[in-house]
Amino acid sequence: MYLTPEEDKILAGEYGEGMRKAMEILVAIGKIYDAERLIPISSAQISGVSYHNIGDAGLEFLRDFSRGAKVKVKATLNPGGVDLGRWREMKIDKEFMEKQGEIIKIFTSMGIEPTLTCTPYLVGNLPSKGEHIAWSESSAVAYANSVLGAYTNRESGISALAAAIVGKTPMYGMHLKENRRPGIRVVLKTELRYRSDYSVLGYAIAKKTGHSIPYIEGVDKADLESLKLFAASIATYAGAAIFHIKGLTAEWMDFEAPKDYIEITKRDIEEGYGFLRDEFREVDMVWIGCPHTSLKELEEITRLLKDKKVATELWITTSRQVREKAERLGYIEVIEKSGAKVIIDTCVAVAPLLGKFQTLVTNSAKAFYYSRGVNRFKVKVANLEKCIDTALRGVWV
Amino acid sequence: MEFKGRSISKGFARGEVLLSREPISFYGGVDPNTGVIVEKGHPLEGKSIRDKILIFPRGKGSTVGSYIIYRLAKSHMAPKAIVNIEAEPIVAVGAIISGIPMIDKVDEKIFDLLRDGDIVEVDGDRGILRWMGRG
Repeated sequence: MYLTPEEDKILAGEYGEGMRKAMEILVAIGKIYDAERLIPISSAQISGVSYHNIGDAGLEFLRDFSRGAKVKVKATLNPGGVDLGRWREMKIDKEFMEKQGEIIKIFTSMGIEPTLTCTPYLVGNLPSKGEHIAWSESSAVAYANSVLGAYTNRESGISALAAAIVGKTPMYGMHLKENRRPGIRVVLKTELRYRSDYSVLGYAIAKKTGHSIPYIEGVDKADLESLKLFAASIATYAGAAIFHIKGLTAEWMDFEAPKDYIEITKRDIEEGYGFLRDEFREVDMVWIGCPHTSLKELEEITRLLKDKKVATELWITTSRQVREKAERLGYIEVIEKSGAKVIIDTCVAVAPLLGKFQTLVTNSAKAFYYSRGVNRFKVKVANLEKCIDTALRGVWV
Repeated sequence: MEFKGRSISKGFARGEVLLSREPISFYGGVDPNTGVIVEKGHPLEGKSIRDKILIFPRGKGSTVGSYIIYRLAKSHMAPKAIVNIEAEPIVAVGAIISGIPMIDKVDEKIFDLLRDGDIVEVDGDRGILRWMGRG
């Protein structure tokens, strides 16, 4: 890989140990993927924040690595393992809380904004079309490449951090236009009525197309929230970094529809819901907010919960910024009066909830995957109205 | 006998070979406190990677694996060097942040030509593994 004289100096340690290590990481990744050179980035999104995920190993690394290291570009943080304001209510112990606090402090000391959300694009980290960025958090990567038309690989927490410190990333994969070309045409033969249908569509496409980049036809409309759910789902089940939807996403016009072709029918969506529903009746928890909810979703939830009382735990996860806006509009008061909790800084998938709840209903296929894997929940996926209705009844009907 | 590969993480190490024909996941697959392989059904299950020249095809699993390698190194439970057929970012980044010499792109015949316990030297700067003798 070609390095400029300046980059060589960084690698030789002339700008300190933090910069040297970060550069060494980027060079190794560049070598592995045969990158020609490094390119400047304008933003980073850094995952690996929850103490539940990274553990003492991650905390130790961050402690050492952060000495003297500062980020060069706008950088935001993924959710941690706890709502910093209400850890007691979340049944989370003090030691966890303290370690989580230290992790966040370390990131902040490097100049990273403690946004603690998987939706950076809703809180001011909003790259433009054609900008090169280094994001981790797979749902945000798929959203940024596809909907925003920014260029990013699926970074790990460490590689995104290294890129933020150097202000560059190796040029390979999604940074090259030819690698963003769709490989399979997906024709949707059914109508999508609910946002959760988009989430199930992500699973259904992944099941049929594997790792090919899809070029999807037949989706007439999709709001930001539907695309956010779809991106999260297809990133989870297909490992997708990018997708194209005819008429909707940023780059669909730049490519011809591929010849290879599959259809997604009503039956595929129904079968998807079938797969995404474990067996159970009694519901412990309902979770909306994977990825974190937007203001519009909070407004809809407010309408559904007005003057009602929930019979299960109902957690709505979002970012601090969106919660603050919703608070000013009076949404939070209405939602929490029902007994629901609007939780920030974290989510159900990365919080230490193992053994604390058994059954979960959610509107996100990504949530299905991670709640089962990390916290061993039994899970069902349903649309927002059905989720809220289930929270009010306490049982699945 | 010498194997020419590619430098991934700099440094020099000499030690005993431990071979695994299967990929290794450090997160979930290796006990971060003892360096013992705990993945069920793994050919190295129950064996310690501590102070070995660990030779395996490639890493797999979660990116948290990089941090586990770091933790192993800090508590002196890590391998002395890592040799892969094809490096991927989880193990490569783990080796770099931990200061463990690592090379890749060595010939796959290495699994037939070397035995567990052989003494080898790994030159992480030049991407070379040198056989020094049977252990």
